[in-house]
Amino acid sequence: MLELPWLSFLIGLSVVGAIVVAFLKNDKVAKQTTLGVSLLILVLTVVMAVQFSPNGDRFQFAETYDWIPSFGVHYAVAVDGIALVLILLSAILVPIVVLASWHDAEQGKRSVRTYFALLLVLEAMMIGVFAATDVFLFYVFFEAMLIPMYFMIGSYGGAQRSYAAVKFLLYSLFGGLLMLVAVIALYNVADKNSFLFPDLIGAVTDPTTQKWLFLGFFIAFAIKAPLWPVHTWLPDAAAQAPAGAAVLLVGVLDKVGTYGMLRFCLELFPDAAKWATPVVIALSVIGIVYGAIVAIGQTDIKRLVAYTSISHFGFITMGVFAMTTTATSGATLYMVNHGFSTGVLFLVAGFLIYRRGSQFIADYGGVQKVAPLLAGAFLIAGLSGLSLPGLSTFVSEFMVLLGTYQRYAVPAIIGTTGVILAAIYILWMYQRTMNGPTAESVAEMKDLNGRERWVVAPLIALIVVLGFFPKPLLDVINPAVKESLVNVKVTDPAPVVAVKEGQ
Amino acid sequence: MITAPTIEYFQLAPLLVLLGAAVVGVLVEAFAPRYLRRAIHVPLTLLSLVGAFALVILQTIRGVPTSPSAMGAVAVDGPTLFIWGTILVLSFVSVLLINDEEQFVPSAAAVPGSAEEEKAITEGNAHTEVYPLALFAIAGMLLFPASNDLLIMFVALEVMSLPLYLLCGLARRRRLLSQEASVKYFLLGAFSSAFFLYGTALLYGYAGSVDLHAISQALAVANGTDTLLYIGMAMLGVGLLFKIGAAPFQAWKPDVYQGAPTPITALMASGTLVAAFGALLRVFWVALGNLDWNWTPIMWGVAALTMVVGSILAITQTDIKRMLAYSSIAHAGFLLIGVMAVGDAGQNALALSGLLFYLLTYGITTVGAFAIVTLVRDPGGEAWHLSRWAGLGKRSPKLAGLFAFFLLAFAGIPLTSGFFGKYAVFRSAVALGEAWLTGLVVLAVVASAAAAFFYVRVIVLMFFSDPSADGPTVVTPSWATSAVVGFSAFATVALGVFPQPVLDLAEKAAKTLFVQ
Repeated sequence: MLELPWLSFLIGLSVVGAIVVAFLKNDKVAKQTTLGVSLLILVLTVVMAVQFSPNGDRFQFAETYDWIPSFGVHYAVAVDGIALVLILLSAILVPIVVLASWHDAEQGKRSVRTYFALLLVLEAMMIGVFAATDVFLFYVFFEAMLIPMYFMIGSYGGAQRSYAAVKFLLYSLFGGLLMLVAVIALYNVADKNSFLFPDLIGAVTDPTTQKWLFLGFFIAFAIKAPLWPVHTWLPDAAAQAPAGAAVLLVGVLDKVGTYGMLRFCLELFPDAAKWATPVVIALSVIGIVYGAIVAIGQTDIKRLVAYTSISHFGFITMGVFAMTTTATSGATLYMVNHGFSTGVLFLVAGFLIYRRGSQFIADYGGVQKVAPLLAGAFLIAGLSGLSLPGLSTFVSEFMVLLGTYQRYAVPAIIGTTGVILAAIYILWMYQRTMNGPTAESVAEMKDLNGRERWVVAPLIALIVVLGFFPKPLLDVINPAVKESLVNVKVTDPAPVVAVKEGQ
Repeated sequence: MITAPTIEYFQLAPLLVLLGAAVVGVLVEAFAPRYLRRAIHVPLTLLSLVGAFALVILQTIRGVPTSPSAMGAVAVDGPTLFIWGTILVLSFVSVLLINDEEQFVPSAAAVPGSAEEEKAITEGNAHTEVYPLALFAIAGMLLFPASNDLLIMFVALEVMSLPLYLLCGLARRRRLLSQEASVKYFLLGAFSSAFFLYGTALLYGYAGSVDLHAISQALAVANGTDTLLYIGMAMLGVGLLFKIGAAPFQAWKPDVYQGAPTPITALMASGTLVAAFGALLRVFWVALGNLDWNWTPIMWGVAALTMVVGSILAITQTDIKRMLAYSSIAHAGFLLIGVMAVGDAGQNALALSGLLFYLLTYGITTVGAFAIVTLVRDPGGEAWHLSRWAGLGKRSPKLAGLFAFFLLAFAGIPLTSGFFGKYAVFRSAVALGEAWLTGLVVLAVVASAAAAFFYVRVIVLMFFSDPSADGPTVVTPSWATSAVVGFSAFATVALGVFPQPVLDLAEKAAKTLFVQ
């Protein structure tokens, strides 16, 4: 393995790219530079990922430097399998989003290069937040990444953009500040003068303290994820954000919440996590069903997609807190697959909306006849949203349900209804927009152009390939999840059926 | 036979330099021709501040005194030197802002709108007294947190406050508002000074001394006059809490901050706050340190009320200067948390270093924010009304970007200095490990989230709203104003990304604690 500071290099490259883009005078050059930088980052990330040895040390590519010794804060980055696949997800989505947003920023006569510079800043922070192995550094990225997203929604979003941006920022900030208190308290309770994650594992032993600290972290992550009932900011933010930003918001930023639950809530406060499991599972199940039912009732395409995500995040948190290898691995895989699946759904919806100028389902009809490729992409994206077997989301959803069933049968059964409801909201939306007689307003609609095909094709390819062959990802995820669960001190329940067969 | 008192002139030198320069400034007013005055005042004032700062540095290098100076009247200890350095830096940048003729009235004595005023304007009069007045105020700010006995502290309070009362009334535009601010500040300030003085008298009655250390020792001896002690303590508290603008003594702040000329507001919001906090800490930690069981519950209530009042009332403001005033109130509430985080010596040093760092970062950001306020102008003066700031992000993206950055620093977003300031104080409070104080920190973060709302609202206005047709003009900043904004922005970033050197300094300053 090459001993290079990979992660710092990736973060630094995005930041430098952002600064360069911000100072370019020509918008076209700015876009091309952004695309170039993000593709370079993708290539480097893939090269890094290839060198990752799944069964080696838990944290690899580690770098640790003192940052603020007075506070015990380090600049410490490293990845395990879970963080790696999420960084990979971010690195894949950013160039696609850049390409998809090629003309988005021009509509409002706002600075194009600022938008692309913000995208690169956001990429740096997305890599940083998943790579941070210092709890304080994680917090810094967790909060700081709100700011570029806030400006992307607020400056470039739809009609209600400033309301949505403020709501997004305040919800996240509120959760983050509660987490800050827990972070400080964690430092004091552990009393090791260090925020390094490995130092803090098992540092909090008192059950009551664990519960309080767990709550501080969990509320922040639940808002971020978002978990029912603190999800209300997401439909607004996602519906008002430009399509590209919505992809990163729902596809990556929200994953920080579920990732945080898995990494910090479970491993740092294992007893408290077990104490809270019934409530969290209940909230997840409510989220699955509620998100799906509300999605059926939506009239706005982007809001609909946002509500489907709330339902999907229910699956992910359920899988994380089921704490069986299958469920938690499934949940991690789900984080990645959901990023691709929702990403393509948002992007295709964005293309649709860009052409017609309306987010309302009622304004469409019969698009399939005038723009078959667009409709086809929309269908595949939708089917991956409802976890059709053969597409990647099916694998992860099935793993979550299977793994949860091992320990919590009833929630798993109720959660399964989410799959059925998903078929309703996706297919009904497809039917209303794509089938039937062609509406007059969409009669002139153009099909996907070359650029848009390049946006959609890689994502659909990933969804299909990972649907049939998820092994490369699972090989990386499984050992990391197992090690996490060792820290949580849980073992998988013995399979009942196997015992019978052995008689 | 009477022995002459010993005075450690070197230790008091920064103070003496400023007072000397202020006296020279008064002589310049008396004897120099009008056209020369400004040309003399500006370098004189700036140089004396630089000189005082250099002396502070020199003293820090030569070793921090471990006993009070001037027969125990003034304590030049580690925290004092840090506070002095902070105040001098903040004053220097504020004086650079004062160096703007557009801000001050040509003739304060003329009735607003009268013929005399017209005449003063056409003659090109200027109140160059502003400079010596500011120097007196700054000297008072230095003495206030360094006073080791209550009488000196009272004198310092007056030396600091009286020039400020005057300076508040000297705004060139919106003169009635400025005069109202001046009178309000004077009346309420005099009232609070009276409280302070009465408290001093009662404590003298209890302890038989005005020396902080003697009062502390008297606490150990029960002498049956506790009533004097408690009432005296409460009255001292009122006087000090008034100066930092803690609720329920905060009512003057929005009016005064709004009416005063903006450079003076910057000086008050940064320098005075630092000085008043230093004095508050000294009184409550040195003189009344052994009584913390008695005053922490009240301080708890005051801090909680201050944060809530500051954060909530700020939301209803439509004036940028009033909003910043309420923000300053909220910050005073956050700072008060650190005052209560007392325990053993290590804990006290932790709390003190956090407070010192917070005061520095907050002061710098505040001056930067007010400097930007001076640049956004309507025909009738600065554009204060928030609606006038709509769309500023499109008209002058750099200025709006910097202001947004300062607001994010106030809100305590990571990678700005404001975050580490808050963090340092909250950390010391949580480190005490007491549920009542940790609970207050939770309240503080909730208040921070509420406060973030009104900071963000301004950003929304500037960046996400469309500019009105007759929006305010952004004047080209003078070199001095650009320097102030640049310095503040740089410090806010630098202390937000790499705070360690300054944290080290604050820790070193706090380690010795206040001398007894």
